[in-house]
Amino acid sequence: MDLKDLYRDVIVDHNRHPRNFREIPDADRRADGFNPLCGDKLTVFVKLDGDRISDLSFNGSGCAISVASASLLTESVKGKTIAEAEALFSQMHQLLTRDDDAIDVTALGKLGALSGVREFPARVKCASLCWHTLDAALHQQEQVSTE
Amino acid sequence: MSAVHAAADAPAALDIAAIRSDFPVLARTIRGLPLSYLDNAASSQRPRAVIDAISHYYENSHANVHRGVHTLSQEATDLFEGARAKVRRFINAKSAQEVIFVRGTTEAINLVAQSYGRPRFGPGDEILVSWLEHHANIVPWQMLCQQTGATLKVAPITQSGEVDFDAFAALLSPRTKLVALAHVSNALGTVVPVHRFIAAARERGVPVLLDGAQAVPHMSVDVQALDCDFYAFSGHKMCGPTGIGVLYGRESLLNAMPPWQGGGDMILAVSFEKTVYNGLPYKFEAGTPDIAGAIGLGAAIDYLESLGMERIAAAEHALLVYANERLATVPGLRFVGTAPDKAAVVSFTIDHVHPHDLGTILDHEGVAIRTGHHCAMPVMEFFGLPATARASFAFYNTRAEIDRLVAALHGAREMLG
Repeated sequence: MDLKDLYRDVIVDHNRHPRNFREIPDADRRADGFNPLCGDKLTVFVKLDGDRISDLSFNGSGCAISVASASLLTESVKGKTIAEAEALFSQMHQLLTRDDDAIDVTALGKLGALSGVREFPARVKCASLCWHTLDAALHQQEQVSTE
Repeated sequence: MSAVHAAADAPAALDIAAIRSDFPVLARTIRGLPLSYLDNAASSQRPRAVIDAISHYYENSHANVHRGVHTLSQEATDLFEGARAKVRRFINAKSAQEVIFVRGTTEAINLVAQSYGRPRFGPGDEILVSWLEHHANIVPWQMLCQQTGATLKVAPITQSGEVDFDAFAALLSPRTKLVALAHVSNALGTVVPVHRFIAAARERGVPVLLDGAQAVPHMSVDVQALDCDFYAFSGHKMCGPTGIGVLYGRESLLNAMPPWQGGGDMILAVSFEKTVYNGLPYKFEAGTPDIAGAIGLGAAIDYLESLGMERIAAAEHALLVYANERLATVPGLRFVGTAPDKAAVVSFTIDHVHPHDLGTILDHEGVAIRTGHHCAMPVMEFFGLPATARASFAFYNTRAEIDRLVAALHGAREMLG
């Protein structure tokens, strides 16, 4: 369990320079995510074109893992359909929580950089907060908490 | 058993190396590195004397208390009541009847809310707390307010993390029915000058509860000198077991309060028509108590007294001064809570590195600190922070451990800053 497995270069980069870190004022969907354990708070904004996610952004505050995970999420999900986004959510959930190699990490692209998180059980919620929040937005719930 | 490391009347400083050898866990390593346990405000560690007292009780004297006439029951009762006597002496309560064993500070405060407050308070009545409080000194009062229609009032704090006395005094009114204050802030370490607050409340006939969870482990506490009405604290923050704590209450108030839980041990006689409640302190101790926990707490008090609370306070203050000096050298570090009178707690943030990441990175260096909101979310909100990192010291900590903390913080900045 090396710290560099958690804080890989991609994670550090996305924490320092989060992508799509902005509000979408005319978002079709938005939801707030909150991790009461560490105080991470973020809002996910979704712009839809039919069932396709045409724009996606987030803002808020959180640890390096939660910010990088949200940043990577926006890059990976933008342009996908709602169904594709939900399938990716399911894969990410398995990546973060399962300790076998059932998930093809390379197929996940940059998101695979988060695979080190599962070695740090206390940090899994940091990485999954944005995904739960996106899921809540897509299901038109306004709030989600990881507790 | 614990060694007395210096003659009790000698002014000499504590022998930290000898003390550390009393704490088995301090010898362990984390990923091959020595443990630097700097999370004492969350829970302290146990000396061998406490662990042995519990083991010895279970191996030799366990039976239920206050019940049997057989030898073991008598021994268990003597040990349990002996622990109560130690607590009485330790906090200088007038009588052992004023010492109620509970699960911890949280349960003690809930007991007062439900047994003292609920029958007495109603719409228009006010409970006054401060912005510094731990959730355990907020939520029980909110629940009581929902039940009774009373209102929770909050005295503000200053930028240094001190309770604003003038604002507190201005909030005291004929409607104020209870003041509930932290003696020492868990999130910031502020020592509240409670004498002043208690005097102001008592002038108006308002009873005062002190949350002493962070005070009792680190300073000499005398409930009679404080002249407070209730005082709550936990065993596990003072080298004792988890699951045991104490509510001190002024005898006249406790006598006037109804039991809050019913069951065995809190009764004198039960029939289906009528139950006669037991006297103090048993009226508030329904069911078989945490006998081993109480005995362990008694052993913890013996241990702390063998070191001397004044010497403990002096050793911890020296650690605080050293930590403040060393931490001030870390670029981007901001202290949160800068009251002149503080317990050995340092809350801080580092620019561009979230406290949660600090917690993980420091753990990899064997340094255990707390990160988050410290169960004091209003304090975090006051400072506009989602979380802080908090290092909290006990007398067994060393300067070398603080050096390791500082080195690990430099490493965290290099990695993420």
